[in-house]
Amino acid sequence: MIELLNKLTQCYGPSGNEEVIREFIIKEIKEYVDELVVDPLGNLIARKKGNGKKIMFAAHMDEIGVIVTYIEKEGFLRFANVGGISPYFSLFQRVKFKNGTIGVIGYEEKIKEMKDLNIDKMYIDIGVKNREDAEKLINVGDVACFVGDFYENGNKFTSKALDNRLGCYILIEVIKSSANFSNDLYFVFTVQEELGLRGAKTSAFSITPDYAIAVDVTDTGDTPGSKTMALELGKGPAIKVKDNSIITHPFIKNLMVDTAKEKNIPYQLEVLERGGTDAGAIHITKGGIPSGVLSIATRYIHSPCETVDQDDVKNAVLLLSAIASKKFN
Amino acid sequence: MLLKMLTQAMGVSGNEQEVRDIILKEIHGHCDGITVDRIGNIIAYKKGTANKNKKVMLSAHMDEIGLIVTGITDTGFIKFKPVGGIDSRILLSKKVLIGENKIPGVIGIKAIHLQDPSEREKAIKVKNMYIDIGAKNKEDAEKNVHLGDYIGFDSDYIPFGDNLIKTKALDDRVGCAILIDMLKERYACDLYAAFTVQEEVGLRGAGVAAYTVNPDVALVVEGTTCSDVPGAEEHESATYLGSGPAISIMDRTSYSNKKLSQFLYELAKKNNIKVQYKRTTFGGNDAGKIHVTGEGIPTAAISVPCRYIHSPTSVMSLEDYEACKKVVQLFLYGIENFEIKKWEVIK
Repeated sequence: MIELLNKLTQCYGPSGNEEVIREFIIKEIKEYVDELVVDPLGNLIARKKGNGKKIMFAAHMDEIGVIVTYIEKEGFLRFANVGGISPYFSLFQRVKFKNGTIGVIGYEEKIKEMKDLNIDKMYIDIGVKNREDAEKLINVGDVACFVGDFYENGNKFTSKALDNRLGCYILIEVIKSSANFSNDLYFVFTVQEELGLRGAKTSAFSITPDYAIAVDVTDTGDTPGSKTMALELGKGPAIKVKDNSIITHPFIKNLMVDTAKEKNIPYQLEVLERGGTDAGAIHITKGGIPSGVLSIATRYIHSPCETVDQDDVKNAVLLLSAIASKKFN
Repeated sequence: MLLKMLTQAMGVSGNEQEVRDIILKEIHGHCDGITVDRIGNIIAYKKGTANKNKKVMLSAHMDEIGLIVTGITDTGFIKFKPVGGIDSRILLSKKVLIGENKIPGVIGIKAIHLQDPSEREKAIKVKNMYIDIGAKNKEDAEKNVHLGDYIGFDSDYIPFGDNLIKTKALDDRVGCAILIDMLKERYACDLYAAFTVQEEVGLRGAGVAAYTVNPDVALVVEGTTCSDVPGAEEHESATYLGSGPAISIMDRTSYSNKKLSQFLYELAKKNNIKVQYKRTTFGGNDAGKIHVTGEGIPTAAISVPCRYIHSPTSVMSLEDYEACKKVVQLFLYGIENFEIKKWEVIK
C-alpha cells in the first residue's frame, strides 16, 4: 500500500498535463484489465468485462498546480493558478516542473498586509540570473506541481496530491483484487477535474454507464477550530449525501450504505457545503446517470500536506470491491 | 468593408438576427450547405478535396455584450440591466441604440453635486443609472421602447493611428469576418464554420453547434483582452497589440489541446507571421463548451488582441487581424495532414 500510494502521489500531473501519471497508471493496471483506452481528452478508461450492470468508477488523476504566465527580466517567473490555489498555502512552497526544475514561491514584500496577498503579487524563483537563463529551462505556459513528500505518520499518510491519487490508488487496488466481480466495470482515471470536472463529463458520455461512483477526497471537521463538519479521520470512508455539484441518487446512497452494513465496513455520511467532484458532471450526462461519491476524509486539502487515515483507505477499497461484486436485478 | 459592416450591426446576445443576416448574405454562394440551427447558430459547410477528410470546425460568436430594458420610470427614463460581462464604470455618458428601430439614448446618472460622499467614492451601480431617450413621460417613452428591448452601443468605426481601428463589438465580429473569408476557399479538410449565438452569456450556442457537427478538431477564432497600457504591469498583460494573433494556452473555461496550439504557433513562425501566446488565464470562450462536447473534441483558440474589450470602444490592429487570418488559413491547409489522436487503444 505504502509503496504504490507513495509513487502515485509523487508523480507529476497538474490538470491538463496528466501524461506522466497516466503512463504510470497504465503500467500498473495493464495486466489486470480486459480493455484499456485513452480518450480524446486524455482520460484513461480501463474495463473489466462482466455480464451485470455497467458501472463506472471515476477518480481524477490531475492535481492542482501553477502555470507560468510571464518571465521577468531578472529571471523570476510570474504565474497563475491551475485549479484552486490559495496564495497563503502557496507562499514559500516549492514547486516542480515536468523537466525537474524546482522553484520557490516568493511574494512582493512591499505588500503591507497579508490580506492583500494575491497570486499577481507572487513569483517563482528558480535560481537563475536573468530571463535568458530562465528561458533555457522554462517557457511561458509551462506548468508545475507542488512539492510535498509522502510520509507515514502513525496511522496516517501525509503528502501532496492525495487529492486525488488516493482515489486512483483505491481504483487500482479494486482492479487488482482477485474478487469475482459480477458487473461490467469501467474504471476511469479522469483529467481536469480541478478545472471543472471536464474529463468526467466526456468519459461518462462515451461510456454511458447504468450507475457511477466517483472516488475522491473530502474535507473534515476534526481539527482545532475547524469549521463544523461531521467527518473525522479514521471513522471509515464517507458516503456522500450532498455537495455543491450533486445530491447523491438515493439508490446509490442506499447501495453504499447497505453494502457497508452487510460487510461490517465502518462508514460516515458526508454533507459537504462547498466543492464538488466528478460525479457532479457524470450524473447529468445524457439522459441522467444515477451517481454517488465515495469520499475519504482528508485534512489540509489543496496544500502539499494533505493527510488521511490508513484504515479509511483500506475500508474504501473493501467497500468499492463489494459494490463491484454486487448482483443487481 | 466587411469588418465595419459587421461591427456596426447590432447583435446583443440572444438577438443576433441582424448579424446573422449579414453573414448569410456574405457566405451565400461559397458553401455546400448552410443551416441555421434551432438555437440560432449558422453552420456553414464546405466539402473538402481530400479522399479521407478530417472534419474541422471553426467557431466565432456573432453576439456582443450590451444591455436590456428592464423598466421605464414614470418620468420616461429607461432602466436597464447588462447582458454579458460589463464593468459598470464604462457605461456613463455613452450613446446607445434601443430596440429594432434603434431609438437613440444616452446613459445618465444624477450630477456629482447630488451624490452622497459615499456614492462618489464607489463605482456607480447600474441600478442607479438610466437611459435618457428624450421622452416626456412613461407614456411617451412606451411609444418607442418596450420591456425586454435590446440595447446596443452606438460607436463609430474609426481607423486611426498606426493601422489601428476603433469600433464596438470586435469581440467577436473579428472572428466572424475571418470565418467568412475562410469560406471563400476550398481546403483538403471538410470545413464547418459555426457562427454561434449567446457566447457572452455562457457559451450557449457553441456547445449546441459542436454537438451537431461533432468535428475531429475545432478552432475558436476570437477577439481577446489586451492590457498593454499604462498602469498595468508587464506581467499582467495577456497580449500585446501589434504582436500578432494570440494563441491560448489555458483560460477559465478550457485547457487548449497542446499539440494543436503548438501546431498553430509553429505554422506562424515558419511563415514569418507575428504570433504570441495569450499569457494570462483570465476569461473564456466557446472552446470551453466545444472541447467537452460528446466524447471530447481536440480544440484550440486563436485571437486578435483588442484593447478595451467589452466596452463600446474596442481597439484593434489591422495587422494583427490580417496575421490572424493568415494563420487560420494555413491551419486549414495544413490540418488534413496533421495527426491528431482521438482515441488511443492500449489493450
